[in-house]
Formats: sequence, structure tokens, C-alpha cells
Amino acid sequence: MSPPELPPLTTFAAYRAGFAATGKSVFSYVLFGTYIGIGALSHDFGFSIAWALACTMLVWAGPAQVILISALGAGSGLAETALAVGISSARLLPMVVALLPMLKKGNTPSWKLVLPAHFTAVSMWVEAMRLLPSQREGRIAFCNGLGTGYMLTAILATVTGFYLAARLPPLASGALLFLTPLAFFMSTLRNARELIDQLAFALGIVIGPLLAWWQLGLDLLWSGIIGGTLAYALHRVREAMR
Amino acid sequence: MTRFATEYGAWLALILAGFLPNEVWRWLGVVFSRGLNEDSEIVVWVRAVATAILGGVIAKLTIFAPGVLALTPMSVRVAALVIGFAAFVIVRRSVFAGVAAGELALVGGTLVFSG
Repeated sequence: MSPPELPPLTTFAAYRAGFAATGKSVFSYVLFGTYIGIGALSHDFGFSIAWALACTMLVWAGPAQVILISALGAGSGLAETALAVGISSARLLPMVVALLPMLKKGNTPSWKLVLPAHFTAVSMWVEAMRLLPSQREGRIAFCNGLGTGYMLTAILATVTGFYLAARLPPLASGALLFLTPLAFFMSTLRNARELIDQLAFALGIVIGPLLAWWQLGLDLLWSGIIGGTLAYALHRVREAMR
Repeated sequence: MTRFATEYGAWLALILAGFLPNEVWRWLGVVFSRGLNEDSEIVVWVRAVATAILGGVIAKLTIFAPGVLALTPMSVRVAALVIGFAAFVIVRRSVFAGVAAGELALVGGTLVFSG
């Protein structure tokens, strides 16, 4: 057994610093609103509170959870749902790939990176990329602290949304359910700074309901592939004309 | 939830259709955490497809609303999303302003138009 790289106190201090950073982050509020909506959505599609909580902790990606809950709840097939979730989560790969080199030293074993990779989601990633440069030691612990803080916020919000949806009058719980499309609409737009992403988003908004209305099946997947590829093609044409 | 005869089916679906297809990207990220460029063409295309799927999900939730949200008029929901977007743009890309304006428009519009 080799001695640990850092004394335990430093690791714990870094973890605590990451945890504390979530209290000062604007993403905590967005996350809270989003997961209140996801908790209410789980309730209205007939899932149990234990299922909703496990979903938040295991999946830990808002868009994937919304797709999973609404697709399963509406009776889509397992394979179609898994494919739609998998495609919506592909953006996690480049995020993890960009984050982990900041956490590694030459001899860091891969298993230590599995937990920060699991915690990686839009909110945690944006804050980690912003705060890590000023965190010299204990970066893995810092990221785990960030992830824990955000996940606790989301767990609290999932429970709150689930039980509020059960007890509130219809218009108020309708308003809670509406938090999901609203919060995702705004935060996706805020992240979509490049034209190709804004274009893909707009095309998805138009094509998605059309395909669903025509009941072609696999409508989410097709709206993603058609909308995304069109946006990508226009982006390539624009690049070529420059 | 009529689709799952048992609670067991819902848990199996959570693992097979939720956890695994999502988590596999994080595991691949650990494996490939050097080499892949965030600006490579395949990553740009995947991001566009993912963003379009998200747009589709948002539009579907707004138009074919789930649960009690379906009690609000569809025109009010669409208008509320547009008003939220306008507030988001006006208040310097503020997520909070957009969400708050959209919620107010939904509740106000439903009270006025379906009273």
C-alpha cells in the first residue's frame, strides 16, 4: 500500500469547498426548478417516489430523465426509449472527456474518476470548468463535493415536486409540470451559443410535434436526426462559404 | 401507469432504458479521456442531434401536455412558452426571468380563458 497523495484533511477540505460552491451557484436554483418539474412529472405518469429518486440519482441528467419518464409513461417501447435517452446523453461524452484531464495526475487510477464522471451533467460541468483552475489540490474531491451538493438539491426538489403534484389543486400542479418545458427551454437556449445549436433546437421544436402528430413512431429519434443533420448541413455550407 | 403490470417492470425499464444508455457515455468518457477533441465533426453533429431531440421533447410536452397540465388550453401553453422566451431575451438571457414570465402567463392565461 502506498500512502495517499493528500492528507485526509486536505481531501475533506476540498470536498467541502466543492459542496459549499453549489450554495452560491445560480445553477442550484435552475436545478431546483427543473427537478421540481421532474418530480411532478414522475408523479403524474404514475411512477413511485422511490423510482423517481433512484432515477434522479442513477441517471442524473435532466433531459434524459424527462425523455425516459415521458416516453415510458406514454407507452413507448424499451428499445426506442433507450435509443432516445442514449442519443440525448451523447453530449456527456465530450463533457467528461474535457473535464477528466483536469482531475488527473500521471498516476491517478481510473476508478477514482468514475464518481466525478457520474456527477458530470451540464450544471456541474460548467461550474467545475469555471472553478477548477483556482483549485490546485484535491480536484477530484472538489468535483465530488460539487456533484454531491447539486445532487442533494435535485433529490430535495424531486421529493418536493412529487408530493406537491399529489396535493395541490389542478392549476397549481399543472404550473409545476410546466416548469419542465420552461426550464429546459431557457437553459438549453442559454447553452446554445453557436448558430448550429440554436438552429438544431428550433428545428427540433418544429419537427418533433409534427412527427408525433403523424404518429410515425420513433418520433423523438427522427426529429433529432432530421433536425440535427439539417442544422449540421447548414453549418457546413456556411463554413464552406466563408 | 398501465404499461407496467408490476413495479418490477418499471425498475427494469429504469436500468435498461434509463441508467445504462445514459451512463455508458460517462464510462466511455473515462476510457477516452484523452484524444477526442470537443470540436471534432462527429461531436458537433452529435451535439446538434441531441439539441434537436431536446427541442422536440419540450415542444411535445407543451403541445401534448401530460397529466393535469392537459387541463390548461393548448394555445395558452404555447403562448406562455413564447412569452417566457421573450422575457428571457429581454432580461439579458436570464433563465429565471424566462421561467417566471412563462409560469405567470400560463396561470394568468388559464384563469382568463378557461375560467
